Amino acid sequence: MRLDLRNSSAAMFVALGIAACGGGGDAGSSGGGDTGGGAAPPAATIDPATVGTISGMINFAGDAPAMRAVDMSGEPDCAAAYTGGGPMTQSVLASGGGLANVFVYLSGGVSGAPAASGAVTLNQENCRYAPHVLGAQAGQDIQITNSDNLLHNINASPTTNRGFNISQPRAGITSTQKFASAEVMVPVRCDVHGWMGAYIGVVDHPYFAVSGANGSFRIANVPAGTYTATAWHEEYGEMTGSVTVTAGGSADLSFDYSASMAGADVPLGEPLVVGHDGAHTHAGQ
Amino acid sequence: MRLHQAVRFAVLALFLAVPAAVAQDAAAGKAVYDLWCAECHGAEGLGDGSAANAMLPRPRNFSEARYQVRTTGSGELPTDADLVNVIQNGLPGTTMPGWPNLSDSETGDVIAYIKSFSRFFGQGDAPQAMDFGRDPGGGPAALEAGAAAYLALECEACHGSTGRGDGTSAPTLEDWRGLPIRAADLTEAWALNGGSSVEDIHTRVLTGLDGTPMPAAIDAMNGGVVTPDEVWQLAHYVASLGARETPPLLEVVRVGRADGALPADGSDAEWEDVEAFHFPLGGQVIEIPRNFAPTVDGVWVQGMHDGSDIVLRLQWNDPSRSPDPLWDEWQVKLMGALDMDGADSIALDSLGAPTLRPADAFTVQFPFEIPEDNERPYFLAGSARNPVYLWRWNSQDGVSAARGRGMESFEDLVDDPVVGDASWADGRWTLYVRRSIQSEDALSFTDGVAIPVAFSAWDGSSAEMGKRASISSWYYVLLEQPPSSTVVVTPLIAMLLTGAFGLVLVRRAQDRGRA
Repeated sequence: MRLDLRNSSAAMFVALGIAACGGGGDAGSSGGGDTGGGAAPPAATIDPATVGTISGMINFAGDAPAMRAVDMSGEPDCAAAYTGGGPMTQSVLASGGGLANVFVYLSGGVSGAPAASGAVTLNQENCRYAPHVLGAQAGQDIQITNSDNLLHNINASPTTNRGFNISQPRAGITSTQKFASAEVMVPVRCDVHGWMGAYIGVVDHPYFAVSGANGSFRIANVPAGTYTATAWHEEYGEMTGSVTVTAGGSADLSFDYSASMAGADVPLGEPLVVGHDGAHTHAGQ
Repeated sequence: MRLHQAVRFAVLALFLAVPAAVAQDAAAGKAVYDLWCAECHGAEGLGDGSAANAMLPRPRNFSEARYQVRTTGSGELPTDADLVNVIQNGLPGTTMPGWPNLSDSETGDVIAYIKSFSRFFGQGDAPQAMDFGRDPGGGPAALEAGAAAYLALECEACHGSTGRGDGTSAPTLEDWRGLPIRAADLTEAWALNGGSSVEDIHTRVLTGLDGTPMPAAIDAMNGGVVTPDEVWQLAHYVASLGARETPPLLEVVRVGRADGALPADGSDAEWEDVEAFHFPLGGQVIEIPRNFAPTVDGVWVQGMHDGSDIVLRLQWNDPSRSPDPLWDEWQVKLMGALDMDGADSIALDSLGAPTLRPADAFTVQFPFEIPEDNERPYFLAGSARNPVYLWRWNSQDGVSAARGRGMESFEDLVDDPVVGDASWADGRWTLYVRRSIQSEDALSFTDGVAIPVAFSAWDGSSAEMGKRASISSWYYVLLEQPPSSTVVVTPLIAMLLTGAFGLVLVRRAQDRGRA
């Protein structure tokens, strides 16, 4: 349980490696790519010879709905950061046959997991969250930073977990929060700017990722085994699949979303039954 | 079972830790809860009682343990003392009243029962109040520093530059379940749901109001945006924006007689010296469709006359200047959130915007004639037999007069000489009306006589129109009589008469003595 500094830095390196594939797609958000990845599995409990990697794709068929313009005229400093058509909605980002901002995690078959370590970050930049979809391990620090020199509030409304609502009226203010229990997803909202929303997927282990701009994702250091995997998208809902990871191997996992799934019932903030022994439930639900 | 035991244990732990606390018995609390609380909060504490859907904000759902008024950090559970505070004092500005009728033990018991609805209580240590530091005190310098802190924390984004809840983000605010919610009107501190004292306000700033858009400023303070002293000064500043207590209800608008010219409009500086009378307004809930979540909660009334004309200035707070497309989202969400009693709903266009944006409106209501006995017309816009005389204003058509025979029966009085004008600034309407005191066709004002008056208001952006109004009961206007000779002479006559009567008595006594 103790955090070893060397392991921690190694873990951060891994996290960044995962993040390279995740969380992208934010116009004008150069920092978005380094926050979308996974948590940090401490190597102490993992023998590299026993783990593999999941490399996957979120495919998208059909025409993505036209994005709507976001009226940021009330915050000209933010609006100025967006060129071309100006800021657009982020709910569906599909390009080249891939769908971004899909949260993918192992939802069954995980029999144990390293404790949470390191931190994931959620940034507010040009009146947007970066990333728009974020994963975190239960108990893991979530560092929330304001890069805009104006007021944002970060209002998280989970149901399984305790929420929070904090103000950050200036650039450089940082808050550290965490969620004790798994919950997919925790909605986050800025009440000052009604268009600002994000989702945090909280799971009991570090085996999760968020698809990047081209729909790809990668989950590293997964113990060999056969798992159920779940993908979650804010407009198109959930899909599940199966994946078998072999030691030292790279397993493929893909989910096929399509435009016809629009309007799907999107579970949100529902308690997640997943965990170390496969029988983790949340009392009172 | 386990949950129940956990709650019991937590309650026991609290009891041991705080000897002053009252013993809590959840089973006894159920009886109290079922009697007083379940109607709104629901039998299972889910905030879904039979009355809930007419209310905004909705009653608390105790299963979530998401509490606004706490002395604990954002997202934390409230202390028992926090719950006692809310039960005893209620949440001003909402439908939650205080329950001073409950004994201490009943309050303790019902708290135990309320906590048993949520699995969050009983986990971990008992909630602890934050350390709020020491108030450095108020005064002019503190208020100035507090005003600066108001800007530094960007409170005006929601609460507006003058605190009336009209900030640019106000139209899009929603509570955690997506229902529209007002930014508090800080100029009506008596209606702040967490209390109106400097200490209360300071606590709300640092803890936030969970489940609402009001965030905790603790990280901003720790990040150096404001100092701890400046947060206290901010609390002093906010407390200075309006009266802490509900303004006294004086029943009668005294309309003084002007020495010179009457104020020419609503912004005339002369109004500053005229006494203002506050009248509370409440939602119209007698006739369907009812209005359980009215926007306008009161009106300030001033009046003057000069013997030939009467002028009134009416001011009420309304964060939206309707019709205003910026409030479309608010209007749509509100129509969806409230039980509108089957009122004709306003259709939405293909982009989801309402096809009708009602105007803001206000009426001043009088009897059609001064009643000879005390029989006033029915207060909801009169009746067929006994109509009312109305000065009606709305933000699109201005001021006109009408005869009212009930809330849906009006007859325009096109020849009525009433004129007026209204302006809106920083979340407040100012309406000025003027009419001759005498009228051949409607009410003639008589000085020295208390004349019934009532008020109604509508916020168009909250889809208020027709019977969905804020209303008052009957009050009075009293036009003061001129300081004429009768005022001076009458006491003199009285003195002379008294003196004469005394003399008569003395004489009689003397006569008897002689006899």
